Amino acid sequence: MIQETAQVTLHPFSKYLREDMMPHIWCQGCGNGVLVNAFVHALDELQTDLDKLVVVSGIGCIGRTAGYMNVDSFHTTHGRALPFATGVKLANPELEVVVISGDGDLFAIGGNHFIHAARRNIGIKVLCANNLNYGMTGGQQGPTTPLESVTTTSPYGNIEHPFNLVHLAAASGATYVARWTSLHVRRLTQSIKKMLQKEGFCFVEMLSPCPEIYGRYNKMRSGLEMMSWFKRASVVESFSDPSKADITKERIVVGEFVDIEKLGYEKLLHELISKINEKAMDRVS
Amino acid sequence: MKTALTGAHFLNGDVACAEGAIAAGCRFFAGYPITPATEIAEHLSQRMPEFGGIYIQMEDEIASMAAIIGASYSGLKAMTATSGPGFSLMQENIGLAVMTEAPCVIVDVMRGGPSTGQPTLPGQQDVMQAKWGSHGDYGIIAMTPSSVQEMFDLTVEAFNLSEVYRVPTLLMGDEIVGHMWEKVIIPSPDKIKIQNRKKPTSRPEEYLPFKPDDDLVPPMACFGEGYRFHATGLTHNEHGYPKTSSSEVQSRLVRRLVDKVQKNADKIIRVEEVMLKDADIVVVAYGIVARAALSAIRKAREKGIKAGLLRLITLWPFPEKHVAKVAESARAIVVPEMNCGQMVREVERAAKETPVAFLSKLGEDPHTPMEILEVIRRSK
Repeated sequence: MIQETAQVTLHPFSKYLREDMMPHIWCQGCGNGVLVNAFVHALDELQTDLDKLVVVSGIGCIGRTAGYMNVDSFHTTHGRALPFATGVKLANPELEVVVISGDGDLFAIGGNHFIHAARRNIGIKVLCANNLNYGMTGGQQGPTTPLESVTTTSPYGNIEHPFNLVHLAAASGATYVARWTSLHVRRLTQSIKKMLQKEGFCFVEMLSPCPEIYGRYNKMRSGLEMMSWFKRASVVESFSDPSKADITKERIVVGEFVDIEKLGYEKLLHELISKINEKAMDRVS
Repeated sequence: MKTALTGAHFLNGDVACAEGAIAAGCRFFAGYPITPATEIAEHLSQRMPEFGGIYIQMEDEIASMAAIIGASYSGLKAMTATSGPGFSLMQENIGLAVMTEAPCVIVDVMRGGPSTGQPTLPGQQDVMQAKWGSHGDYGIIAMTPSSVQEMFDLTVEAFNLSEVYRVPTLLMGDEIVGHMWEKVIIPSPDKIKIQNRKKPTSRPEEYLPFKPDDDLVPPMACFGEGYRFHATGLTHNEHGYPKTSSSEVQSRLVRRLVDKVQKNADKIIRVEEVMLKDADIVVVAYGIVARAALSAIRKAREKGIKAGLLRLITLWPFPEKHVAKVAESARAIVVPEMNCGQMVREVERAAKETPVAFLSKLGEDPHTPMEILEVIRRSK
């Protein structure tokens, strides 16, 4: 009999995750793990101070990410990750505040908060896992579901025009906007790194395979089939017009779309507060 | 705190509330304009920065409520202010503040409802919503000011209670106390009692963010302090980790959220008792209506009727024992309210056999003293 002895060592990235929260809830073939992996790599490469990082999520499959990250984390009500994060960031601008949530959470129920957070240009970094439907509730049509897709609530094919998230983010005032799929792991990681170093409101979308739910109804029953679609359809067109960056069966436009410099809202606000505060103190002293 | 207001001032209620927040140590306000609470936001947009605090106008009341929970978790005392329609929008996140035990203060300057209702007129139609507005079972604290002075005093107290019990605390004003101008005496900062949330004494690796002390309240770490904890609106264990299919975890958590208010009720509840000792007829009133009630019992006494007033300063937890006590010796209880009958249900429940007369008023004016006196007379 051959005896094997295995040397068990900690995974080099285990410090980033709450291992006692594992196993995670995600299905086989889901892209959420890819997004967390890219995020963790970006944190590691930047040597981010984990005591000063706050991860906020809303509701949905990807919403569980907050709980999985071994940092200060908060799992809000559905759609409200951004306004919660706004309070966190303004109250303590030293904190790095990252919102990791889904397309339904950020753009349907939370859509209003998204455009206003971007308009204010508050220094919150948003990572969106776009799986093209409501996965956690069993696959309903959502704000990013492509036309003609079949879901449990669009059984005759979706007739609602989907949001183009990168166009919406760019139009709302984000300083950094990028889209990748879970196939583009290195570029996704680079984009996350970039946004973590930028000022103001930043948005990175990752198209995430959802074979168990979205794929089930749309002839892509395995993760591999969904990834094949991403591979076949993706075209990198960086800094092209985001209004033309559609997601269709034939074509998925990916790349960086916006990378501009703009003073962050929390900086402007705290500068203003210091000035007013000094004046007020002068008046009484 | 050099620029804090002190001494005697002539203020409107909304402004007094805003100054009370500053005095209490509130350094974060998020809100959305709504009549008749707008002046609170306007005043704080000017005053907050003078104290190094944050004022932000959010995109709606849902966002305002979410933002103050975030600020509270970042370590600041935080408040929002609204009226009926906005209070309705806040309910889901009030539940989140309850579930994640985020200290914060919500001011509802009540107007006539339902829906858009009467934006510029007073009402007391949100007092049951204060207790039951968010889904699920929970404990909450709500207080009602009767004067501009109390708009200041009770705002300070609301912050203290919310910090001590880690529960969202509601200040249920109304359009009249919000817009009325009265003299307010503001004590110097060192004379104002300020209470702060308990901080953890354990090391970060041993910290359990939802493990309560004997008073049922867990010490609170804040973001960025190195504790690296998780909080969620899902049913969670003492680690803050979701445990959504355990009836034991659900039962222990929800009962504690109810009990930490209920079992501390004697410490939380405040009432004002006027001429109750020998009272045959007791008026139970709150908010602006209690002012007319006070006048009514005095007039009744002039006419030889032994009337008294139990003024509810705390609405939730409901001052059940106080009502039960007056019910023992009173022949009748009179409850005037600016709604179709809300707190009167609680009074009836606590009064048991003692008859309770309800006097409802809706619309422009609160009850006049003569209207309340008339019911006192009939109840004799």
